[in-house]
Amino acid sequence: MNFDNIKHIFQKELRSFFNSPVAYIVIVVYLVILGWFFTSNLFINNLATLRTVFEMTPFLLLFFAPAMTMRLISEEKKAGTLELLITKPIQESEIIVGKFLAAWTLYFFTLLPTLCYTISVGLLGSLDIGSVLGGYLGLLLVGGVFIAISVFGSSVTENQVVAFIVSLFIVFVLFMLDKVLFYLPSAVANVLEYVSIDYHFSNIARGVIDSRDLIYYASAVGFSLYLATAVLQKRRWV
Amino acid sequence: MSIRVDNLSKYYGDAKAVDDISFEVHSGEILGFLGPNGAGKTTTMRVITCYLMPSSGSAQVEGMNVVDDSLEVRKLVGYLPEQNPLYPDMNVLDYLEYSAQLQGVIKPMIPRRMKEMVQICGLGEMIHKDIGQLSKGYRQRVGLAAAMIHNPRVLVLDEPTSGLDPNQIVEIRKLIQDLGKEKTVVLSTHILPEVQATCQRVVIINRGKIVADGPIEDLQRSLHGGEKVMLEVEVTDGQSFEMISSQVRMIPAIETVSLLEERNGVKKISIATSRATDIRKDLFQLCVQKGWGLLELHREQTSLEDNFRQLTSEPGR
Repeated sequence: MNFDNIKHIFQKELRSFFNSPVAYIVIVVYLVILGWFFTSNLFINNLATLRTVFEMTPFLLLFFAPAMTMRLISEEKKAGTLELLITKPIQESEIIVGKFLAAWTLYFFTLLPTLCYTISVGLLGSLDIGSVLGGYLGLLLVGGVFIAISVFGSSVTENQVVAFIVSLFIVFVLFMLDKVLFYLPSAVANVLEYVSIDYHFSNIARGVIDSRDLIYYASAVGFSLYLATAVLQKRRWV
Repeated sequence: MSIRVDNLSKYYGDAKAVDDISFEVHSGEILGFLGPNGAGKTTTMRVITCYLMPSSGSAQVEGMNVVDDSLEVRKLVGYLPEQNPLYPDMNVLDYLEYSAQLQGVIKPMIPRRMKEMVQICGLGEMIHKDIGQLSKGYRQRVGLAAAMIHNPRVLVLDEPTSGLDPNQIVEIRKLIQDLGKEKTVVLSTHILPEVQATCQRVVIINRGKIVADGPIEDLQRSLHGGEKVMLEVEVTDGQSFEMISSQVRMIPAIETVSLLEERNGVKKISIATSRATDIRKDLFQLCVQKGWGLLELHREQTSLEDNFRQLTSEPGR
């Protein structure tokens, strides 16, 4: 993999996020929804905690990750610009990784303003720094997985709506998996628990950084991007 | 040899898009790739540019195989796809820079190459505009500029003038001809005058097979070797066309005699011969002998258009 190529794709995609309304809509809508949930019960609970941020964000991400990512590849397919990209001396994996990093960076900028909550809560009461850091790390990782899966969703179709629905479906299933475990035999349940995104997130959000969770996130991202790359490579042979 | 295609076939599922074709393009040549819509032009170009892999056979660019040395081939080739896809929300300069970066142009060279391309393609006033706001002609120039940004040795242009107005077509053709002086150019089209105006050699493809391959002059000659003569005579003694026809047929090597037009005893007749022989002298003498007033007599050139139609209307020749 050539890092220059990844960098060029990354820069172009990030610029087109911020040159179009996409980035601003994502950031504003996310902050409005989150802010409403955050402030509405902050003083009622009277606890110096960012739990709302860490609990709500994955839910919002179920929709936001596919929405941010849906046009990344499907639009190139539809407009025919994928042909330009594929016939340049770059590899499919570089295209996919560059685009993934751009969307992940947009997500990073979306999370950034929530530091205001951290600071204000920190000023009002004593905040557990460990769990805050863990929470943010967890959010970045969960976001990475959601976005990587959505990049794959975008690669399978030239229709943005289809890309959105496919991605939403996959992340929803992976996210909800550990909520249905009661009904399953324990052998199956253990496997599904490991596959569930939320299970690993809850570990990290408690401030416990376990290598198993990190490996899970890294491999989930890697596997999704690998699939997206394979989809692009396969179309050369149709 | 700049491009070499050997026994190339490409299937889409069961459908054969390109069926066992072979041709070569020499360095510094402008090759016209001609065929009706759906003949396999775009598919062949997509294989040469590494967008699609061949189902069987091979294609080489500057000695490198499109499958094994794909990245190397892509560095050498500049490609303008059919429909000229572009990013409408990027401005012209950003797009040219992005193309240069992805083509692997080294960083210090990029501004210079961009400047050159803006100049060659006449994009001067448009560089800060979004591509989506440009007219079709300018978009085509942006596409060409991006295809040439890395100064490729081989240019593959898929219908470079489609959708342009006549003035723009002339400009783009001139641009291609200028480029063809130092580069190998393959351009596909279904517009015949375009080939006559720009190309030195023509490959005609029909239903996935090559039906003709040769210099443009060869294809302007008649295919079966015969000639066509147009005769216009004034006949005053009321002879019918059938009588004239039977007289004309006395001349050797006449294949067909047909009446094109008849008005006030003036008959316009088209005569085809079965081999390359000049029958004008015989016709003149016939007119003198019979006392017909000879108004017009000339040899007609079989046009590329006739040949094209003949070559591409026969299924699987």
